[in-house]
Amino acid sequence: MEFFSHQTSFPFMATRKVWYALSAILVIVSLVSFFTRGLNLAIDFTGGVSAEVNFTRAADVDAVRAQLTAAGFHEPEVQIFGSSRDIAIRLPPDAKQTATEVRSRLEGALKSVDAGAQVVQLDIVGPQVGNELRVSAIWALFFTLFFIFLYIAWRFHTWRLSLGAILAVLHDPILVIGFFSITQTPFDLAVVAAILAVIGYSLNDTVVVFDRIRERFETNRRSAPATVLDESINQTLSRTIMTKVVTSIVVVALLFLGGSVLKGFSEALLIGIIAGTYSSIYISSAIALDCGLTAEHVFPTVKKAALDQLP
Amino acid sequence: MLQYARWKYILVAVVLLLALLFALPNFFGEDPALQVARKDHSAVTTDAAKELEAFLKERSLHTGQSYIDSGRLMVRFASVADQLAARDAVNEKYAGTYITALSFAPRTPEFLRALGLRPMPLGLDLRGGLYLLYQVDVNAAVAQALEGYAQDARRALAAAKIPVKDLSTVALEGDGRPNAVRVVLAPEADAGAARTALGQALQGLTISTDTLPSGATITGLMTTAQIRERQDYAIQQNITTLRNRVNELGVSEPIVQRQGIDRINVQLPGVQNSAEVKDILGRVATLEFRLEDMQNNALEAAQTGRAPLGSKLYMHTRFGRPVLLKREVIATGDQLTNATSGQSQEGPAVNIKLDARAGEAMLKTTQANLNKRMAVVLIEKRRETTEVDGKKVTRDVTDEEVINDATIRGVFSNQFQITGLGASEARELALLLRSGSLATGIYSIEERAVGPSLGRENIQKGVTALIVGMAGVFLFMAIYYRTFGLVADLVLLANVVLLTALLSMMRASLSLPGIAGIILTVGMAVDANVLIYERIREEIRKGVTPQAAIRAGFEKALSAITDSNITTLIAGVVLWVLGTGPIKGFAIVLTLGIITSMFTALMGSRALLTLMYGGRRKIARLSIG
Repeated sequence: MEFFSHQTSFPFMATRKVWYALSAILVIVSLVSFFTRGLNLAIDFTGGVSAEVNFTRAADVDAVRAQLTAAGFHEPEVQIFGSSRDIAIRLPPDAKQTATEVRSRLEGALKSVDAGAQVVQLDIVGPQVGNELRVSAIWALFFTLFFIFLYIAWRFHTWRLSLGAILAVLHDPILVIGFFSITQTPFDLAVVAAILAVIGYSLNDTVVVFDRIRERFETNRRSAPATVLDESINQTLSRTIMTKVVTSIVVVALLFLGGSVLKGFSEALLIGIIAGTYSSIYISSAIALDCGLTAEHVFPTVKKAALDQLP
Repeated sequence: MLQYARWKYILVAVVLLLALLFALPNFFGEDPALQVARKDHSAVTTDAAKELEAFLKERSLHTGQSYIDSGRLMVRFASVADQLAARDAVNEKYAGTYITALSFAPRTPEFLRALGLRPMPLGLDLRGGLYLLYQVDVNAAVAQALEGYAQDARRALAAAKIPVKDLSTVALEGDGRPNAVRVVLAPEADAGAARTALGQALQGLTISTDTLPSGATITGLMTTAQIRERQDYAIQQNITTLRNRVNELGVSEPIVQRQGIDRINVQLPGVQNSAEVKDILGRVATLEFRLEDMQNNALEAAQTGRAPLGSKLYMHTRFGRPVLLKREVIATGDQLTNATSGQSQEGPAVNIKLDARAGEAMLKTTQANLNKRMAVVLIEKRRETTEVDGKKVTRDVTDEEVINDATIRGVFSNQFQITGLGASEARELALLLRSGSLATGIYSIEERAVGPSLGRENIQKGVTALIVGMAGVFLFMAIYYRTFGLVADLVLLANVVLLTALLSMMRASLSLPGIAGIILTVGMAVDANVLIYERIREEIRKGVTPQAAIRAGFEKALSAITDSNITTLIAGVVLWVLGTGPIKGFAIVLTLGIITSMFTALMGSRALLTLMYGGRRKIARLSIG
């Protein structure tokens, strides 16, 4: 079986303005949403209390909310999730209370609604820890991007390819963050882990395409750069799609079977994989072409120049 | 012609066999079990184990094979119901001798266990349990040490009769935390003699002499290294105390470890009643024994809010009425040598033993104050954060509660009983006192609890997603690449085994994100195979012979495979270094998975394909879809 029985020859380069525009729109929408709506940060980053409670009968959300307010919790968020007997509670950070107090008051309030209520999961994160996790998540993003940029600069010899790869690498997490901002899906530590994995993984295709571009330039020095790029993308297209389909199979399995804990994580991966595939096919090579990439840049005729460009 | 060096075959075979051996313990599952440890921390003997087993048989509980692991007896049960019944039975009969903990015993066969092979430990999100992160107040430890130096200095100068204008701890660095002891001498003092006198008291500190406008000063500075050492000591002491308390709780496989500079993380698998546990772990508790002020009326004092001279008013008491206590402390918690809970004629009691000095003080007091009342004050420290002008201000709060107030019935010295408590209260108080008060304040700053049913659900979900995801990938590869696809499937399976083996060897605990990492590795590891197979297809299209196509496929795909894996590796390593908890688990799996997948895809599949298509045989076409 093959996705493409014959070698494809899609004119990716000729149509690149369309793909640029599409990417630009998505990136702008993502950024605007991020800066206006922000992210629905989970308690990992804000501090606070998150609990899952199992009731013996259908939970009365309003009663739970009223009891929690009466117990002195401000703005309790109470939601039904899963079955009607399961509720999720989210409380904002309250620096005045110790974790033990929070727990006993929470349990007291719940027991007054339903004596058989059971706290299945309880996370209490101090505001201080929340801050630190936020800072370390930002550092993790920064370091990953930094090392990947370093790697790209070393690997691709010419800044034209490097720029293409870097923009593609930035493109994907921006879209993932945009999705989380627009849908207000809870953004927790696991999502950050997924975004880092996406940053690493999305570059994967770009690297394979660029690898092929180098190879093609070596054998066809005379061909027009646009033709070489088109050929390279088309020749690796089968592999690009195949790999992503297989990875998507497992991510979809995680999304539907992994439960609520892994939901945000798998969503981030799925969107990242789709965005990554798109950017490595439509964007990264096109940018290199618009920067004036020619065979000369990849394989300079004068050996000395090649040495100069090595780091 | 297609060939592969013999040593490479051997390497692949040896690695995979070892991997299979190390991964094996993970496939046997677990039995509900009861961990029985001796209260005095000595090892359970085989005779004692036999006696316990006989006792359980007598109660017609179905025990499986039991074994002793690092001094603790593990008894298996056929069902959770039997496990719970056995715990209650043992607790009832052997309350003074053993501590029990509910646990799981891996069903690993004896010969594997003898080789030291164990399954991956499960993280708290999969087993259920309690995770706590404590902040240790290390600066208080440093301040305490300095205060000690200051006291010694004061004593030394007084002994040498050297007049002092001022003696205090000061902050000589920008951060405002005291790091030195400064003595300002009175004008008539002899600086040389003062320095000699201080030499002994401030030993270890860096001493400098100076003349400031306020007078001649002598400064003892604690170096950064000394401060660090003092902080480390405080953390170590707290870890030891926490370990003791955790052991007293009877939790199986607890983890108490340092995290960062001033944090301790505690993981208690299987613990459900987190409120009680946290209460016991987090308390910085000490006791004070004081006489009650019987001349004055406590209620009156409570109304005016003013205590008579020489007394202190306690509003917060266990018995609901305010009480006036004498200011003099007879004995304190750190003079306590043992505390056990037991029974007295008046119900549950805590038996207390004091050291010699406190015993002496107690003897004098009780002799002079027979039939008067003595109270026990429990002093607990906790941290409170409030918002002042939009800024978070943290301060330490000391709660003092009079937990007991009893008539002195007889003259006693270093051994006596506190009565008037509930049974569980007595047990808790004894435990709290016995495990020693923490060196410096610790405060819980993060708590995560997962119920056991949720843990089981998480495992189930993770395993289901793993099986379905893998099955999907296997099927897809087989359809898309035919025989080559099946080869890839075998290689993927080998990859999962290798990854499991590595994780088991590292004893890295498996969390739900870790399982997600394994699933993701399966999805990503396919990439290397796909790159190779697509290359082989291309070569075949060019009209190359099958065997040459295989060789060219492997050779030409190599650079793309290494390149594309390196970027994911970068992300994995960063996450490994910066992440904590389950996220670190995910990063470990992701990083190791990339390495194992490169090994299996490049070496494993090459070995297999060479076995299938190698040699001088003529092959008409490859079954590669």
